[in-house]
Amino acid sequence: METNRVVMDAEGIDRSLTRIAYEILEKNKGATDVALVGIRTGGVFLAQRLQRKIAAIESRDVPLGVLDITLYRDDLDIAKKKPRLEKTDIPFSLDKMKVVLVDDVLFTGRTIRAAMDALIDFGRPRFIQLAVLIDRGHRELPIRADFVGKNLPSSLWEDISVNLVEKNGRDEVVIEAAR
Amino acid sequence: MKLERKDILGIRDLSVDEINLILDTAESFLEISTREIKKVPTLRGKTVINLFYEASTRTRTSFEIAGKRLSADTINISASTSSVVKGETLIDTALTLESMHPDVIVIRHSASGAPHLLAKTIRASVINAGDGTHEHPTQALLDMMTMKARKGRIAGLKVAIVGDILHSRVARSNIYGLRKMGARVAVAGPATMMPLTMVEMGVEVHHRIEEAVLDADVIMMLRIQTERQHQNIFPTLREYARYFCLNRRHLDLAREDCLVMHPGPINRGVEISPDIADGPASVILEQVANGVAVRMALLYLLTGGKA
Repeated sequence: METNRVVMDAEGIDRSLTRIAYEILEKNKGATDVALVGIRTGGVFLAQRLQRKIAAIESRDVPLGVLDITLYRDDLDIAKKKPRLEKTDIPFSLDKMKVVLVDDVLFTGRTIRAAMDALIDFGRPRFIQLAVLIDRGHRELPIRADFVGKNLPSSLWEDISVNLVEKNGRDEVVIEAAR
Repeated sequence: MKLERKDILGIRDLSVDEINLILDTAESFLEISTREIKKVPTLRGKTVINLFYEASTRTRTSFEIAGKRLSADTINISASTSSVVKGETLIDTALTLESMHPDVIVIRHSASGAPHLLAKTIRASVINAGDGTHEHPTQALLDMMTMKARKGRIAGLKVAIVGDILHSRVARSNIYGLRKMGARVAVAGPATMMPLTMVEMGVEVHHRIEEAVLDADVIMMLRIQTERQHQNIFPTLREYARYFCLNRRHLDLAREDCLVMHPGPINRGVEISPDIADGPASVILEQVANGVAVRMALLYLLTGGKA
């Protein structure tokens, strides 16, 4: 395994997000009380896109928040490098909201655990759902996604990158054999 | 970019990158203090000791709140109620505290260099919360954070610092920081309160407040420190106020959107007139809010991540 393999192109990503937007509305019976919270950094761009797609379907904007989970990580003491802290911005109350957490890749589940702890510090949502573009398996915690763009069984020694126009200029999901 | 140091002893040894990292991190921490639940679990199980040999309300409270909002266990020791009054030396106190395995010791001391001595003696991280007439790095960081938040930049700003420059650790730390970050610094104060080193620190020296504040973007007033006035360096407070108390007339000489800052506690009518301290140009209370965020950032950046 020496080369990078593109497993999802721009159209694939867009179609997945369109489907997820419909699924979110179906499962929650519309957009009432639905709020999106994107996990930095990849999840934020996906949450913004989902917000636009939901607006196109329902003609209304659902609230959108941005979450940095750094302060809730369980590996701060063992990490070699202190992760750079970016801003968290949730400009609305989460009380009684149907919160959809959005991330690019679901892997060990530890990021989602941290994100849920952070959300609960902001209020008491009615429930929290999880939307991810890629589920690559290898969970280390009992966590599953409610909305999945693509299930991508992977080896632990592979890296999966979700490239997005907003982040690095083009939309694609790539599997890279770890160096 | 990572903060590769055990201690924060002064702005003088910090690089521009390190200052930027601290300021950016502090900005991200601001939001926590506006939440309903003002606490994150980041420093769970860490211990922060505030060792204060000098009186302090805002710095000590600020460090205490910063530690608590990060879930660290924060303990305050003030010299007047500790074994220091029984004659224990700083090093002995430090070694005693070290045996209790703290992660960070925040120290304020009337002797310049005391935090450096402490940092050499113990394994815990040391943060200087003001040492004598030397440095007060966290104050300078919160001042720079306030300027950056209000002006969008530090480089190119003209900052006037007015008052007792000689005895002011706030002025010294700010001058180191502001010069590194590319700001112009002008100082003004009575000749007896003006150290000779100002020119070599790249600072414009004035003896009239009117000259220093001309076209300033920021005016920083210093507190007249009556506790450090052992020798009579000015005749009376009234005379000092007549020449150096910031008033409306001075503010009109500065830029229209000039900020007025003060490290507190303020002596109303001595270094700053009440209408200016409470007026729209004043960001004194914003400085206090930013102080908590800066101290949270330092505690976060100095602890853990040592594997």
